[in-house]
Amino acid sequence: MKNIVINMKDIVTRFGDNLVHDRVSLTINEAEIYGLLGGSGSGKSSLLKEMIMLLRPQSGSIQVLGKDVLNISLIEAEELKQKWGVLFQSGALFSSLTVAENIGIALKEHTDLTKDFIDVIVRAKINMVGLPRYAAKLYPAELSGGMVKRASLARALAMDPKILFLDEPTSGLDPVGAEEFDQLILGLRDLLGFTVVMVTHDLDSIWNIVDRFCVLGDHKIVAQGTLDEVIKINHPVIEGFFKGARGSIRGRM
Amino acid sequence: MRNNANKSVVIVEKEDNTSLLRCNGAWTLKNITEITSVLQSIFQTTDKKSNINFDISAVDEFDSAGIILLLHTVKIFKVNSNNVNISGVSNSQEKMLAMFRGEEESADTSITKRYFFLNILKTVGKNTVSVLRDIVQFIAFLGESIASLGHYILHPSSIRFKAIIKNIEEAGVRALPIVAVTSFLIGVVIAYQSAVQLEKFGANLFIVDMIAISVTRELAPLITAIVVAGRSGSSYTAQIGVMKITEEIDAMKTMSFDPFRFLVLPRIIALMIAMPLMIFFADIFGICGGMFIAEIKLNLSYAEFINRLQNVLETKHLWVGIIKAPFFAFLIATVGCFRGFQVSYSTESIGRYTTISVVNAIFLVIACDAVFSVFLTELGI
Repeated sequence: MKNIVINMKDIVTRFGDNLVHDRVSLTINEAEIYGLLGGSGSGKSSLLKEMIMLLRPQSGSIQVLGKDVLNISLIEAEELKQKWGVLFQSGALFSSLTVAENIGIALKEHTDLTKDFIDVIVRAKINMVGLPRYAAKLYPAELSGGMVKRASLARALAMDPKILFLDEPTSGLDPVGAEEFDQLILGLRDLLGFTVVMVTHDLDSIWNIVDRFCVLGDHKIVAQGTLDEVIKINHPVIEGFFKGARGSIRGRM
Repeated sequence: MRNNANKSVVIVEKEDNTSLLRCNGAWTLKNITEITSVLQSIFQTTDKKSNINFDISAVDEFDSAGIILLLHTVKIFKVNSNNVNISGVSNSQEKMLAMFRGEEESADTSITKRYFFLNILKTVGKNTVSVLRDIVQFIAFLGESIASLGHYILHPSSIRFKAIIKNIEEAGVRALPIVAVTSFLIGVVIAYQSAVQLEKFGANLFIVDMIAISVTRELAPLITAIVVAGRSGSSYTAQIGVMKITEEIDAMKTMSFDPFRFLVLPRIIALMIAMPLMIFFADIFGICGGMFIAEIKLNLSYAEFINRLQNVLETKHLWVGIIKAPFFAFLIATVGCFRGFQVSYSTESIGRYTTISVVNAIFLVIACDAVFSVFLTELGI
């Protein structure tokens, strides 16, 4: 029996009159890489934001690591937030801090480690995500797109989270960089055993690293499961994704 | 021997020259501080050059912080010429150790931390270089501005009249209310202070000389320049800085719109045209402020004041004030634009460079005024 890390039930989200989610339910298991797939505007990013308490659905229930995040006390929320790391689409590194300070800030604020040992951890994390050592002293404005992603991954992993949330991790990267980043996440997951939840529309990521995923369409989840399971389902959204030109090219290879 | 109720610690078994450290419990970020203090006390009680053997087979849970701590401790023991071994490593732990080992062993310890004096020298050196670089860049900026001014003169049709007019309105016309109020108040302040002194000597009438000359020669130009530096200098930096962050400047360059011709020169020219007019405007209001107080405090009627004003206020005083205006305007506008171009790709730097730009502009205006003051007085004007 696998441990369920995230459990969303009957989520309804509305922005004004615009219905985004109509009773959406999904479960994510421990240590798997779970993908949220869907076209633009299908509400996959909103779903992610609801898991990390940036957005509140109109109704439904969300359990993350056994905590009901819609009815959570401030102290519990504080504890929960230290157990996850989030990588935003554009990196969202603090522009006034260096890369090293960005990675170390959570350790500095939430633990009572000495400055020297935080430095040791930060150096190790910089190395872990494959950044060169000189990157530590640079400011986010001085980094390339790929380095920004790696630096914010290091920041997300600074506190050794149980869950890593990724919002379109490979967007804006070239195919080689995207592939490397996918492999980095896969390798770190195998090594450290965290759960990964990623919003993506990069088919290569779905093919290569995602264990299970769901496809959003028509305000609902139209399919959920492994790639083999999902691809057998006949639904216009899934056909659009996997049987369009881009999807079928990958399939031939 | 040590033990702890929490279990997340190390048990030491000593045997001759060898210490066996049995690690157990959860080596995770949550317990790191506790483990660190335990390890520290072990370190202090262990002899140099002894053998240390870490047995980690009983550790329930490792996260990256735990592994990093383990490797860090090993390194510290090694520095103390201990012979260190790690045993009981499982397959997955071996992988984690391999991931972090390379970094931990090659990590350099920076020397600069320890030498306070060297740090001061380093800071002084860095700042000196950055100031020199700023000066060189500013000269380059001036050069480019003048080169594109040459382009304007050779191709008068390329002058951006519309932009110039718009900038005159923005920096000049819209600033008139605040310039009027400030200089009126300065006139009031000067008149008030001097009225008290002059009354003692019965030299009431000389208040006119005092106000007319101090306002036209020095006060109105300075006050106007400071208001303009705060108002327009800062907005030039912020406007150009934002355009740089949003890559509009790069877009202009690729479309062969020279930013100097399109952004910098219109601003400099507009301010150089507007500033003398604004100073004349400020002169009027400054003198009005003085006249108002002279009537209230010294019973000097408006007619007497104006009559006296015509006798004492030679036009040269007015010109001395106004001749400075284009120089002030040039300094404010070039510094404002220059700092705008220095903004790098972060939101924070806009704020920083805007502040620097205003401070620089006001300093340069006052320095320039001092030069004029000495120069013109020596010339006897």
